[in-house]
Amino acid sequence: MIAAATSMTALGLGLGLLLGIAARRFHVETPPVVDEIEAVLPGTNCGACGFPGCRGLAEALAEGAAPVSACTPGGRDVALQLAGIVDAGGGASDLAIGAMAETEALVAFIFEDHCTGCGKCFKRCPTDAIVGAAKQIHTVVMDACIGCDACIEVCPTEAIVTRSKPRTLSNWYWDKPPAGFGQIPQARTGGAA
Amino acid sequence: MTLRSLATLLRPSQVFTLRGGVHPETRKHLTCDAEVVDMPVPPLLRVPLQQHSGAVAEPLVARDDLVLKGQLIGRARGAMSANIHAPTSGRVIAVGHYTAPHPSGLPVPTITIRADGEDRWGEHLPRLRPEIADPDEIAAQIERAGIVGLGGAAFPAAVKLNQRKKYPLDTLLLNGAECEPYLTCDDRLMRENAEELVDGAGIMARALGVERIIIAIESNKPEAIAALRRHRMALGVALSVAVVPSQYPMGSAKHLVLAVTGKEAPARARTAELGVLVYNVGTAHAVHLAVRYGEPLISRIITVSGGAIARPANVRVRIGTPVSDVIAFCGGIEGSADRVLLGGPMMGLPIQNLRVPVVKGTCGILALSPAETRPRDSMPCIRCGSCVQACPCGLTPFDLNARIQSGDLEGAVKIGLMDCIACGSCAYACPSSIPLVQGFDFAKGKLAERQSRKHQAEEAKRLAAARLAREAAIAEAKRAMMARRKAEMAARKQAEASDGAGLAAPAAAPRSPAPGAELQP
Repeated sequence: MIAAATSMTALGLGLGLLLGIAARRFHVETPPVVDEIEAVLPGTNCGACGFPGCRGLAEALAEGAAPVSACTPGGRDVALQLAGIVDAGGGASDLAIGAMAETEALVAFIFEDHCTGCGKCFKRCPTDAIVGAAKQIHTVVMDACIGCDACIEVCPTEAIVTRSKPRTLSNWYWDKPPAGFGQIPQARTGGAA
Repeated sequence: MTLRSLATLLRPSQVFTLRGGVHPETRKHLTCDAEVVDMPVPPLLRVPLQQHSGAVAEPLVARDDLVLKGQLIGRARGAMSANIHAPTSGRVIAVGHYTAPHPSGLPVPTITIRADGEDRWGEHLPRLRPEIADPDEIAAQIERAGIVGLGGAAFPAAVKLNQRKKYPLDTLLLNGAECEPYLTCDDRLMRENAEELVDGAGIMARALGVERIIIAIESNKPEAIAALRRHRMALGVALSVAVVPSQYPMGSAKHLVLAVTGKEAPARARTAELGVLVYNVGTAHAVHLAVRYGEPLISRIITVSGGAIARPANVRVRIGTPVSDVIAFCGGIEGSADRVLLGGPMMGLPIQNLRVPVVKGTCGILALSPAETRPRDSMPCIRCGSCVQACPCGLTPFDLNARIQSGDLEGAVKIGLMDCIACGSCAYACPSSIPLVQGFDFAKGKLAERQSRKHQAEEAKRLAAARLAREAAIAEAKRAMMARRKAEMAARKQAEASDGAGLAAPAAAPRSPAPGAELQP
């Protein structure tokens, strides 16, 4: 009995020590830049970039294997911040960000006529932006949707599309006046005299 | 009475000069001698549930309900909102969306009422005796009556009144400057309803606990100045009239405070920090009606003017009256209107659809003929500095514009974009007709959108983290259930073994709900 107990204890301690040493010795160092990049990314693991989650993209960015414009839900703001961290690509990343400048915020939209209530989109949504019970029509909560396309891929009836975020009175603003010369479009002010 | 208030009684108010500003042709002669006329109630009224800055009010009526004049039909939601009342008696024929009185033409939640023509009052609000009422009671009454600032921005009046709890106030400044060309509705109100207006000012002064009231009026309204100079006191509070120079944008709250008291509000601070609270004169009149007579804010005076209006006039209209009906009441549009504006020509908003309703913040309807607008081509900037001289906020509009045009919004913020009050003096003064203020409007909107996107990204991160945590909890629960089931199975087997063959097996353990069932909400 005592012999068994001591031998087991010794074995446990010995193996534990071995594991501990191995963990120290063969430790894989993640570059701190990966954590820094991951903090900038949206953190929703939506998969729109084609990498396994935000961590995967962060690692790819650190290696220079992905463009700074890879994160579509993050949009231009995230791309600019990423460019500040990795500063890779030079002119190429500038071009990529420039192309992103005009992108509008996108949200998913479900055509309710086509929705069968299968619930696949709902399970896939990284931000819980889709609501609806089984066999009932599902709908998108606009404020929570990040426009990542994850739900579109799984919809069996192709009832989901992305569209630009609808404008409301609270988020509407004037268009940019043209920089060139010529007729000023109908805008406010400058009426009298 | 303190020494200070005595001094205000004796000393004629001193006027300080304003930096910048422009002097547009006022064109107030079109309507300044026209007495305010009551417009009959139109057959159909559309009352938007958002007529104020802040949250949309919550509808309290449904389709086919009968409403009485003054009945509460929309309740304020949240801290920044205002009540909405039925402007006349009739039947609610729709609670839905309708085009907003806004240049975007986007829909806004709206209650549509078909008037029954009887204009029957429902229950009035309980009246108050302001002489003995508590300040909180007065503030609550103003909130109940759904009063918002009638100068145009439609800031809920009660919310502003509550700043008395945050800042030590000494002055109530009533804004009767009316610096926008064409508009004369405040001028007419001051001339015709001076008594009521002064009473309303007294009520507000009592609620605020201030020791003096100043009514600031531009020098181009001598009749209004004379009418209000007859009053020296309002409910025991000293009242004086300050004559300020006729100059645009004198009616901006910060600039008016500077002109009257000589104190300049710091950048992005409220005038309340200087101890001064500014209200429009129309707001004071609405407060008088609400407190003395228990009438909620359901009508207002608007100026209908411009070269394309057949009979320019000042009209008292019910909130919710379609703009087209008001124009028709004033003889319709004569010739062709180049554009129709809600508000004044400097800061007013052009509208495309004339069926939109008049709301609490609408102070004028202008139909401008092509001769009055100036559709000139914009030319290159010649660095003349006219915009710098015109800017009442001390900014450099040409530099702001250059930065905005090159996409450097942060740079524009650095040189004071957020201090711009969007008065339009720069665009007015520009000899090259460069759309300066239009660019600032765009930049402010864009920056606000970026801010909200940033906020949304943070929220999305939080949602994703919550989802991960929930999924982990579900997996953990599943594992625990499996372990429990295994243990149950083992226990049953053991029992079977110990009982031996031939005995009935114990009833199976109740089946647990399928794993993942809690996934569906």
